[in-house]
Amino acid sequence: MLAQSKLLDVAKASSDIEKLKSKIGVEWQPREYEIGRDMIRRFTRAVGDPSPLWQDGAVAPPTFILAIGFEQFVNDLMSLVPFNTVLMGGTEIECYQPIKRGDVITTIFKIGGLREREGQMGRMAFMTFESSYKNQRQELVAKCRQMIIGY
Amino acid sequence: MSKQLHYEDVTVGGEITPLVKQPTTMQLVVWAGASGDYNPIHYDKDFAQSRGLAGVIVPGQLIGAFLGQMMTDWIGGKGVLRKLSCSYKGMSYPGEAVTCKGKVTKKYVQNSEHFVECSLWAENPKGEKIASGKAMVILPSRG
Repeated sequence: MLAQSKLLDVAKASSDIEKLKSKIGVEWQPREYEIGRDMIRRFTRAVGDPSPLWQDGAVAPPTFILAIGFEQFVNDLMSLVPFNTVLMGGTEIECYQPIKRGDVITTIFKIGGLREREGQMGRMAFMTFESSYKNQRQELVAKCRQMIIGY
Repeated sequence: MSKQLHYEDVTVGGEITPLVKQPTTMQLVVWAGASGDYNPIHYDKDFAQSRGLAGVIVPGQLIGAFLGQMMTDWIGGKGVLRKLSCSYKGMSYPGEAVTCKGKVTKKYVQNSEHFVECSLWAENPKGEKIASGKAMVILPSRG
């Protein structure tokens, strides 16, 4: 009985992953975030970064883009494929201008690639997500690529 | 603030000033709130263990942010961190130090901008690499 329900789960997971594959290269719905001073401060406090460059919350450190829209992104991903666990495999960011308090940042995520492998934890999906960040003047301020492992 | 680093101060093979971080479980909770990464493997021990982990793990992206902090500390207010990449190679647990290190791999001038490329990594207390990556920065020049 147990084995059978496990088989069914695997079949379900595969069909969800197929669904995700069909979305490779397709941009998700853009989402907008207004950047407040407290968001920047909360971020630098979380990192434990005491640099005077960002202490007044006027300018964010480059890695702040990791926090913009991440929660929504994970929710969107999990609604496509309800993975048991997701692990971050890697991150790449490119920053073209600093993000400042008062900026309104529009994020667009898409799946850049996906491959599957049998791992210790069963079927694992190795996914690459690409995201872009534009400000209220439609200037590209940053790009990000994340490698995520779901199983 | 420390003195501004210039392109002329940097030599290929030279070290980036290391940064030692001591992540705690509490920091992981603060990070969850600040980053929007609510994956329970970073704050719920039972959940983490049910997913085959030894305990809660430090989020890869927080280690990425530590490497970013090392770089922005090093390049100073007039330096620009253009690119940062890292891949997460091993698990890091709260209570263990994370030591960020790096080396200059390349320096060059392009379109009158002064670029420096570095290789970066983060180590656990056993000296094992838990993350490694690269950075590209633009520094001011004295020239």
